Amino acid sequence: MPYIPHTNKDISEILKAVGASSIEELLSHLPAALRIKAPLNLPKGLSEQELTGVLKALGKENSTVEEYSSFLGAGAYNHYIPAAVNNLILRSEFYTSYTPYQPEISQGTLQAIFEYQTLVCQLTGMDVSNASLYDGASAVAEAVLMAKRLTGKEKIYLSSALHPEYRETVKTYLKGSGDHLFEVAYDAKTGSTLPETVNAVTGDDPACVVVQHPNFFGSLEDLEKISEIIHKKNGLLIVVVNEAVSFGLLKPAGELGCDIVVGENQSFGNTLSYGGPYLGFMATKTEFIRQMPGRIIGQTVDKQGKRAFCLTFATREQHIRRERATSNICTNHGLCALAASIHMVAIGSTGLQRLARLNLSKAEYLKEKLKGVEGAEVAFSAPTFNEFTIKLAKDPEEALKKLLKKRIMGGVSLKRFYPELGNHILVAATEMNSKEAIDAFADELAQA
Amino acid sequence: MEFPKDLKYTKEHEWVKVEGNIATVGITDYAQDSLGDVVYVELPQEGGSVTKNEPFGVVESVKAVSDLYSPISGSVAEVNDAIIDSPEVINEDPYGDAWMIKVEVGNPGDLSDLMSADEYQKFIEEEK
Amino acid sequence: MEANGTKGLLMEEGLIFEKSSKGRTGVEPASFDVPEASAEALIPKNLLRDDIEGFPDVAEIDAVRHYTRLSQWNFGVDTGFYPLGSCTMKYNPKVNEDMARLPGLSMLHPYQPEELSQGALKLMYELEGFLAEISGMDAITLQPSAGAHGELCGLLLISDYFKSKGKPRTKIIIPDTAHGTNPASSHLAGFKVVPVKSEGKGVLSVEAVKAIMDTDTAALMLTNPNTIGLFESNIKEIAEIVHKKGGFVYCDGANLNAIMGIMKLGDLGVDVVQFNLHKTFSTPHGGGGPGSGPVGVRKALEPFLPIPRIKKAGKKFKLDYNRPKSIGRMKSFYGNFSIMVRAYTYIRRMGGEGLKRASEAAILNANYIKEKLKDSYALAYDQPCMHECVFSDRLQLGSGVATMDIAKRLIDYGYHPPTVYFPLVVPGAIMIEPTETETLETLDKFIEVMKLIADEAKATPQVLKDAPTKTKVQRVDEVRAAREPILRWK
Repeated sequence: MPYIPHTNKDISEILKAVGASSIEELLSHLPAALRIKAPLNLPKGLSEQELTGVLKALGKENSTVEEYSSFLGAGAYNHYIPAAVNNLILRSEFYTSYTPYQPEISQGTLQAIFEYQTLVCQLTGMDVSNASLYDGASAVAEAVLMAKRLTGKEKIYLSSALHPEYRETVKTYLKGSGDHLFEVAYDAKTGSTLPETVNAVTGDDPACVVVQHPNFFGSLEDLEKISEIIHKKNGLLIVVVNEAVSFGLLKPAGELGCDIVVGENQSFGNTLSYGGPYLGFMATKTEFIRQMPGRIIGQTVDKQGKRAFCLTFATREQHIRRERATSNICTNHGLCALAASIHMVAIGSTGLQRLARLNLSKAEYLKEKLKGVEGAEVAFSAPTFNEFTIKLAKDPEEALKKLLKKRIMGGVSLKRFYPELGNHILVAATEMNSKEAIDAFADELAQA
Repeated sequence: MEFPKDLKYTKEHEWVKVEGNIATVGITDYAQDSLGDVVYVELPQEGGSVTKNEPFGVVESVKAVSDLYSPISGSVAEVNDAIIDSPEVINEDPYGDAWMIKVEVGNPGDLSDLMSADEYQKFIEEEK
Repeated sequence: MEANGTKGLLMEEGLIFEKSSKGRTGVEPASFDVPEASAEALIPKNLLRDDIEGFPDVAEIDAVRHYTRLSQWNFGVDTGFYPLGSCTMKYNPKVNEDMARLPGLSMLHPYQPEELSQGALKLMYELEGFLAEISGMDAITLQPSAGAHGELCGLLLISDYFKSKGKPRTKIIIPDTAHGTNPASSHLAGFKVVPVKSEGKGVLSVEAVKAIMDTDTAALMLTNPNTIGLFESNIKEIAEIVHKKGGFVYCDGANLNAIMGIMKLGDLGVDVVQFNLHKTFSTPHGGGGPGSGPVGVRKALEPFLPIPRIKKAGKKFKLDYNRPKSIGRMKSFYGNFSIMVRAYTYIRRMGGEGLKRASEAAILNANYIKEKLKDSYALAYDQPCMHECVFSDRLQLGSGVATMDIAKRLIDYGYHPPTVYFPLVVPGAIMIEPTETETLETLDKFIEVMKLIADEAKATPQVLKDAPTKTKVQRVDEVRAAREPILRWK
């Protein structure tokens, strides 16, 4: 049997040692009536060679963003991942280890996550970061719950330009503690969340307002003004970033008065993988740390006074505080955080800033090209980073289908998320979209 | 382990010292020893109120969390902020510098069911 | 005796930030093939950043050496025996990693059209079917990201079920042996936790559940085999009591590795279960994730599963969002797909017979260790165990040696310690889960070392207290980490 090394001799020896004549006898304390009668109805086991054939065949039934020219974004971004990332996360001392409960033999994971926490703080401009969460959507949900604990208030205001699936996730997470969830409508002209709308909608006792930046439509938000408004009402500002490459260009939310920054770090080091695993991040101010969910790594010393790292503030967590924990989260997404760190370190501050400008330039080039397509227009006026919304004169679903025939994934139709945006598609351009591919997209869209 | 005779004790391992109208509250030597090195304390605000047998704060070591239960009802007259910055004092001097709050006693009858030092010592022997 | 842990050169390595030198480049981004856009002209100045303060700039070779050195300070399943109870640290097959990295299964955007994702959807659909067959459940969602995430999902399904009937329920019964995630997830799902004590024999009694089960209790949440490694032998009767009052039985599937192909949770009266693909189905733990925590349910709860559901229409697979009773979403997209690929690969490699053999071998290995060590360490419960066994430090306490010292001494001998101080109901618990992938020789050597440590505990207890000494760092000052927190480099 694969992965089971027992010979018949081994089994006899073990049975002898435990005083049973057969495996059946060893299992005889299990109620007979509850035992399976027929074998599991699963496909027969395969050799490794046959198996790889099966998986490759399944892979062939998919088309990839390498085989197609993809302009899809919307919370999952196609970026170039330096070769070092995959090579290093395949070091099996990293990927076959557990959560670093025994610090003396986990210093590698611990230091790597400590560095990850630092990188996240540097990118977001915040004081402290946790060791990662599942993904951007659940990170927003955790941030909202954290804001409720911090403020003792109930009312949560989500910008409607926050990723629709993130909003759905928040709604699910709030089922248990009372759903006082309200929306701040985006502005139809700019595609952004207007500070005056935040002011008008949030009433006088908001726990927090949640704004994505760049938002789901790609538009940048006026965080400074929104921060002023929500703080006047003693609420918190939660900023969501799900295209982390934008950190290379945009002022960190921490410098704009934000209280909790959360989002998706998939853009660094993590392949698209049909939606997961990705990497939720969370960073906040020092004074809020005891309400932050998730693992946190701290620096300390060992018995000999040498620098060492360990899990800390564990009393917030479920294995100690049980039902009164800050969250039920146990596992984080450690290996995804490692991949993200290696990517960040490999490109460095210079590389990241250049990469961000390259993304901006690709998107601006695409924008200019699409402006030239008859029946297409840029839908919103706010500045954008590497993603923006266009409005077509014709049915976008039809147009996208025609583009597929030319091996172009032309963007995400917004009709499913926003019925009022039935003619809109969300398009992203990254360093992976060559000038030729962008030109071809514009040309084909004109004919679609 | 010490259990000063002039203090009263609770089943939740707090001690109380009553002087006039003011009750000073802390945790016992036994409590600090069971918790291990204390790393964090959360105490109520001055001027707030506490209720008998209800939590008024939290004390944490690296691996454990414990609620602090108030032995009496009343309003918080004073809070020992020094132990918030130096929680190790709770391990070093639980009956002295590590007092936690001073409560203006609302109902002196609250104190009647507390244990003496001897009774408390017997209580923890049984609990072990 | 020749111990596993002997010598090995470990390199010192500072923080990456300490190696940084401005102007040095690692892997540079692609060159501009489009005109460079002026950020300053396009974006208001107050939204642009100047520098990324402190962000490192290192040469590629230094980045690579940095992480290579860090990896050498770690201990993984590939390094050595890792009997971490409750975590099922079985071998992580290399073919899983290769398959998850096939371009056809990894370079897929979650929003690419369904017609271009048929292979992915088929894999997920089939994996759902496999998990349903293994557990005896009617329907599976693959969406949750981890065990605790699955617990929350399962509990929300139950909560919404009762709400939809117009009779919301408020309580969940949880045994004292439960993982901390169980009460934490229950609380997050809006329930009040009602604890129930396991009896003298380490399992739940029918009477204890009967005494507290009522029509305001939504579910009993248990782990079977439980966290002591014992089969909850009264489960069927207990389930009947819960069902009679209209409640559900939730089983934390963390210990599924003990019963695959031997029993189906559905036959035991379980209504909801979360799977831990990163335990039972051999996907790597990654130093703390990512895992994957699919949830299986009976028919009555199926309408409440998260959106989207994968549907088969003819030969085509589709994502179905039209689910009015659904609890909504646990996360964005469809779950941790690349972890699913690994679990799928594992199940196809093992087949039904292989999975059964895996559980049997896991039980054999655990009972072997239990028998061989029970004279040296106090067994918490001396009866046949399932896939893990629990000892304590009771016999060692006399020499001033505690579980933590035993654990740390094991490190010096080249072993990852077992789970310690859990379950909470066993003071000084040492919870050993060998898993099925270990050879008899490995177990024998481990047993020998454990006995040696028991002897050392008597003869030279200080050696245990000083351990480990062969590691990169010695015992770590966790108190200082909490009292003087340093949570980032500055």
